[in-house]
Amino acid sequence: MNPTFDWHAFAPEIVLVSTILALLIADLIHPGRSSWQTSRIASIGVLAALVPVLTLAADGVDRTLFDGAYVVDNYALALKGFFLVATYLTILLSVDYIGEGDYYQSEFYFLLLTSVLGMTAMASARDLITIFVALETISIPTYVLAGFRKHDRISNEAGIKYYIIGALSSALMLYGMSFVYGATGTTMLTEIGDRLADPSVVTSELRGLVAVGVFLALIGFAFKVSAWPFHWWAPDTYEGAPTPVTAFLSVASKAGGFVALLSIVFFGVGASQASNWTNWWAVMAIFAVTSMTWGNLGALKQTNIVRMLAYSSIAQGGFMLVPFAAYGIALDDGNLDVARSAFQSVVVYLLVYGVMNLGAFAVVIAVARRTRSGEIGSYDGLFQTSPALAVVMTMFLASLAGIPPLAGWFAKFTMFRSAIEASGPWGVSLAVIAGINSVIAAYYYLNVVRSMWFKPAPEGAQAAPIPAALTASIALCTVGVLAVGVYPQLFGKIADLVTVGIG
Amino acid sequence: MATGFDAWVLTLVVFLPLVGLGVVLLLPKEDEHAIKLVTLVSTLASLAMALYVLVEWVSNKYYETEKLTSFVAENGHTPFEVNKTWIDVINSNYHVAVDGLGLPMMVLSAFVTVLCVIYSWNHFPEPHNPKAFLALILLLEVGMNGTFIAQDLILFFIFFEIVLLPMYFMIGVWGGPNREYASIKFFLFTLFGSAFMLLGFLALYFKIDVDANLAGMQHSFDIGLLTAADKSGITNGVQLLIFGALALGFAIKVPMFPFHTWLPDAHTEAPTVGSVLLAAILLKLGTYGFIKIGLPILPDAAKDFAPWIGLLAVIGIVYGALGCLAQTDMKRLIAFSSVAHMGFVMLGIATMTDFGINAAIFGMVAHGLITGMLFFIAGSVQHTFHTRELSRLGGLLIQAPKMGWILGFCAMASLGLPGLAGFWGEFPAIMSAFDPASGLPVETFRTYMVIAAVGTVLAAGYLLWMLQKVAFGEPKKEFEDAHIHDVSTAEWLAWLPMLLLIVALGVYPNLLFKLTDSAVTTLTSGFGG
Repeated sequence: MNPTFDWHAFAPEIVLVSTILALLIADLIHPGRSSWQTSRIASIGVLAALVPVLTLAADGVDRTLFDGAYVVDNYALALKGFFLVATYLTILLSVDYIGEGDYYQSEFYFLLLTSVLGMTAMASARDLITIFVALETISIPTYVLAGFRKHDRISNEAGIKYYIIGALSSALMLYGMSFVYGATGTTMLTEIGDRLADPSVVTSELRGLVAVGVFLALIGFAFKVSAWPFHWWAPDTYEGAPTPVTAFLSVASKAGGFVALLSIVFFGVGASQASNWTNWWAVMAIFAVTSMTWGNLGALKQTNIVRMLAYSSIAQGGFMLVPFAAYGIALDDGNLDVARSAFQSVVVYLLVYGVMNLGAFAVVIAVARRTRSGEIGSYDGLFQTSPALAVVMTMFLASLAGIPPLAGWFAKFTMFRSAIEASGPWGVSLAVIAGINSVIAAYYYLNVVRSMWFKPAPEGAQAAPIPAALTASIALCTVGVLAVGVYPQLFGKIADLVTVGIG
Repeated sequence: MATGFDAWVLTLVVFLPLVGLGVVLLLPKEDEHAIKLVTLVSTLASLAMALYVLVEWVSNKYYETEKLTSFVAENGHTPFEVNKTWIDVINSNYHVAVDGLGLPMMVLSAFVTVLCVIYSWNHFPEPHNPKAFLALILLLEVGMNGTFIAQDLILFFIFFEIVLLPMYFMIGVWGGPNREYASIKFFLFTLFGSAFMLLGFLALYFKIDVDANLAGMQHSFDIGLLTAADKSGITNGVQLLIFGALALGFAIKVPMFPFHTWLPDAHTEAPTVGSVLLAAILLKLGTYGFIKIGLPILPDAAKDFAPWIGLLAVIGIVYGALGCLAQTDMKRLIAFSSVAHMGFVMLGIATMTDFGINAAIFGMVAHGLITGMLFFIAGSVQHTFHTRELSRLGGLLIQAPKMGWILGFCAMASLGLPGLAGFWGEFPAIMSAFDPASGLPVETFRTYMVIAAVGTVLAAGYLLWMLQKVAFGEPKKEFEDAHIHDVSTAEWLAWLPMLLLIVALGVYPNLLFKLTDSAVTTLTSGFGG
């Protein structure tokens, strides 16, 4: 083992840890609730952590730490960058919400950044234990964050529900991982992939054990990414949690679960055609179909916009699972090109979904400042009172619906592409079901648009001033949604770099 | 690729309205005059570019196959063609060009948009807001112009979809009483179709090897390459599936029976300008898709589908006509007449002969002008009488004689009176069904021909009935004392160019046939038409 420690590779995490400590110290020096500096420390820390991510990317060398348990490659860096940017946007969303809401500020940012620390670790994790530790580091702070409005019973319910489900899913996942470890004798993903492919190691008697283990682990992740039928906590938790936290949960935390799935599938159980016998992809295909259908049908009848976005995020999660299934199908056919593009598709979808969903939540927060309501009815006549807000919200919703030339079309496109490319009855059925679902989804997204544009504004409604930080986050997301939509090469290129060496 | 100005001109046709949109958004809402002016200037500029292309095309006689092929042989590309890398990761290019099919449609689109802006000048429907209204028209124009010049499936898809949201808002915000239902119906129907269309595009991409000389599968979204590629490696079943997916997308847009139900609602509720743009351009995106993408890329599957397309087309002709006769609302009647007219266009396409497809393109342009005009008049009637109920209208020729005569003229054009543009869309389409492309069932198509011919009689019936109700007779009592305006200056400015074109194309149809014929012949030679 190389005794020298690669400080550069670990620099983003070190910056984050220092920021977290600085937040705690700042709270000691300036105790109380009005410590406004904490948000600045947090945002500066997040941006500072982006610097080593960029220098590492410029360096371009794959770094392997801890005997391969922790890898810093393009894939890890792209996702770390995504997590940090998403967190920065979340902080922009939170500043005024948390500042004005009589909350303990430094604790909020402390928990938020701890969760992000787990995400950056997750992007690099290449062994089961590291993945598990990273996942818990992501999850535990978010249990507290979901219940952060501690005088509000709905928020308490959100926190407790999220916590119990989280604990259950972790237990299932760990149980499943132990089976896999028992059968293969290793926790390293690449070694698991090799040994699964080797019939002399994983003999036919052990196969059943591995299959059960993989199945249990998948169920654990299904809880984390709120896939049907393990989705039902999401709407309650999303509605009860403070809205910026909901935005964070639906984007960054969900992405954390997806990254873990990506790593386990692409480096482990689905690393090669020979290791691909567990039929994990059939489970994924079922989760994909049920999640998008159930999520969309559930969203249709929602009257609260946050609950609607919760169901929408279940459905979008289903869309993101489609390329996983496509990958499994393609791998069974020995078609590695398809495997590459399926992998790209998941990464592209995560990035695009992050930008457009954060944008939508930013507008939800901005509107709620005036109306103090999350009901879709409170968006009536927004086009008359705040036309700019209505236009950007329309853009985010249209992007979520996948209407070109907004970023969402490219995400949907790559998803369709992977399913069609996988071809065969499974691939085509997935594509057709996803196609029908994207039409259903358009209905409820446009329902909000209808409210904003077609309904008259209530008497005396006036535009409320939007604070600078919130405006900045909306502007950033708008630029992102438009730029990526018109020139998808921006994210496509990232996804392309990421996949070098996969498959 | 073309060089200099020629390399930019098509891009300008599409994106000048977008520049105008940017300026309009920056202008304050109160400065209505400046907003109108900027919109008019940018649409006019776009039209000027389109006309430049047309004039160059005609004066260099690119409509002759030899001239065009010698140009291509010399330069390696068609005039005005641009092909640049756009989304490298999915192998999609910014590839724009015109041919005999896209050119007339592009000019028509730029032309009608200008007239719509002129007509809107003092005619903004409630809730007014010219800034938003004109911004949406400009965005619509980007999508419409772009669709007709896109030579890459992804680019085509993007432009095809861009028109959705602006039209949705136009119907939903400025539309009639039932606007919310109509707008979402329009949106969901079209989105449903285009989802399948996109799946079809992807299947084309993955299934077709565009360069057999290179090892491995060479994938491309380029329409030209896909058309030229050898498709013999794809099984018939797969071809049929792909064509079915494409046809679903296009047929909903056309709309063909039984996917037409969104159209009467959308047309009736849309503001006048919205109806005009829908009828004149948006419906043509579907028929254009059939001609440009569906037929040439998958000719074998198209031949298997053609009798069914023809059947739906003639059902549309008869059903649309009968639907017209059951209407009590003038605008809804015109909307149903669109279903019938698009049936003739689809019948021409279904024959897969150069005669039929030429007729179809002529029908597209003629229907755009004539039905566009009819919607304009319906809008003005509504504006003057505040109703479109046929039972309440009457005596337009007495109260507003000029408008009455124009209505009569357009009704004649619409029913296919020889000497006016409508005739050359309908008559050849019916004729072409007598002798469909080889491999198609002749008896079936001749039966369609007879049914379509009966359809023209029905068309005469409902149009004359409408004319009689609206224009003839004495003015109704309730409007006796009403102060009725005849055609206003803005209306003259918007209508006169259309009326003149209807006559010009009717008297000398070669204006258009000349432009399209060589392109259509090249197209049909690909599938033995």
